[in-house]
Amino acid sequence: MGELRAYAALFGGRLRSATAYRTSFAVEMVTNAAGTLIDVVTVFVLYHAAASVGGFTLDEALMMTGITAFAFVLADLTVGNIDQLETYVRTGRLDAVLVRPLAVLPQLILADLPLRKLMRLAVGTGVLGLALARNDVDWTPARALLLVTAPISGAVFFGAIFVLSAASAFWWIDSGKLGHGFTYGGRDFTSYPITVYGSWFRTLFAYGLGFGFVSYQPALTLLGRADPLGLPSWAGYLSPLIALVVSAVAAVVWRLGVRHYRSTGS
Amino acid sequence: MDTLDASVPAISPRRPIGASVATFRALMGSGFRRYATYRQATIAGTFTNIVFGFLRCYVLLAVAAGAAGGAPGGYDARQLATFVWVGQGLLNVVGIWGWGDLADRIRTGDIVADLVRPVSPVTAYLAADLGRATHALVTRVGPPVLVGALFFPLATPSRWQTVPLFAVSVLLAVIGSFACRYLVNATAYWLDDARGPLMFWTLGSGVLAGLYFPLRLLPDWMTVTLWVATPLPGLLQTPLDVLIERDQPALQAGLVALQAVWAVIMLALAHWVQRRAERRLVAQGG
Repeated sequence: MGELRAYAALFGGRLRSATAYRTSFAVEMVTNAAGTLIDVVTVFVLYHAAASVGGFTLDEALMMTGITAFAFVLADLTVGNIDQLETYVRTGRLDAVLVRPLAVLPQLILADLPLRKLMRLAVGTGVLGLALARNDVDWTPARALLLVTAPISGAVFFGAIFVLSAASAFWWIDSGKLGHGFTYGGRDFTSYPITVYGSWFRTLFAYGLGFGFVSYQPALTLLGRADPLGLPSWAGYLSPLIALVVSAVAAVVWRLGVRHYRSTGS
Repeated sequence: MDTLDASVPAISPRRPIGASVATFRALMGSGFRRYATYRQATIAGTFTNIVFGFLRCYVLLAVAAGAAGGAPGGYDARQLATFVWVGQGLLNVVGIWGWGDLADRIRTGDIVADLVRPVSPVTAYLAADLGRATHALVTRVGPPVLVGALFFPLATPSRWQTVPLFAVSVLLAVIGSFACRYLVNATAYWLDDARGPLMFWTLGSGVLAGLYFPLRLLPDWMTVTLWVATPLPGLLQTPLDVLIERDQPALQAGLVALQAVWAVIMLALAHWVQRRAERRLVAQGG
């Protein structure tokens, strides 16, 4: 109970500080929503130039973009600001976090909760809704379940990637940009049919790191399309499992990182 | 005995222009050295540029393969690949992202220290930014272009004018980008906190400068409007179009001239906003 109150106090402080500069906050909120919109507009622009990209039409690709948009936004909203860890490590402010009798990860997440990203969730949901409206999905109980599990598992997956890339700062302080290649890069990777990528690059990202199971495989299963790359249709249901594995890895790496942390001493 | 006055002694009183050049060069050098100390960040940033280079390149090449005639927006596959990979390097030189120093100094009140210096803040920050750009030119362009060339066929310029025109275009892009960023940061004079406008800039500039996709993929009227009515295509799209020779020489020169007009307008605007702000400035902190 006491712990919950402490977390609530952290969140309250975050809320007050976020709304202290109202104009700036309002601009940030609207801009953030626009940011997700831009990613989607990019997909439309590219499909305007070509009717079929990587063997998929715009509507089919939107299913992948939609799952990714929702999953990424949810992860970014909840744990995305963990990439601030770099600053905590560099300035030694992590010391203050470590001495409190609370877990490190939830503290950092709540203290930096990016409320300005709230409106992105509406955009993400909208894109997924649009994708469902524009595709003729043959609904079965399994597919309905998939529609719930795929975006949520995707969010867990991206959340774990956020934690993993932030944790690299424990070993390598200026690594912030390195992580972007996998967080934002992963979002871009999963926004398009993975058939567009060259074979070794696709193998590495889609199957090696698991990004292929975030939106591509579930979208194929929802659409009832066979995978041109040869995986069976049940591969679409694997995303919760993959998310679980990556989360476990992230938890281990995070713990190792906290143990490895040495203060700056300045 | 000499009368006392409050003017600041010039570094070299008899050679005012020489002194200004020396000051500008010193500030540029400091900008260069500042970024040269972030070696880990340079390596991490380069890695990310390369990942995004692969992502964007594969997607655009797939678009080219699916487009009627195989040349979306008038670019062939080689030109698209060059656009992406040089763009990933140039992005850091132009530096459209990640500069909030001025806004931070305004918010904390440190800006007061800049105002008492004998150099205008716009000039001083421009010098430091040119130093930063020089550092990025040396360290950040080579690796992505090299990786791009290893994995994809790239286009090489066929006209001799392209090379000097590209150099001028890059310089104008850096100046234009600096002036835009200065203006975005300067909103902090009025709002106290520029995080919102900075975020707005980060997102808007990326897509409208041609980082996400070449602007020629948009409908013609939109492309022309962007080019004429905003400085944004001049930050990335113009130098890249010049390098890959998207247009005939005359049009190329025209686009660079347009870029120059916008760079001058934005820089003048930055000076004007700075003067206005100085008249109303209430220093923060204490």
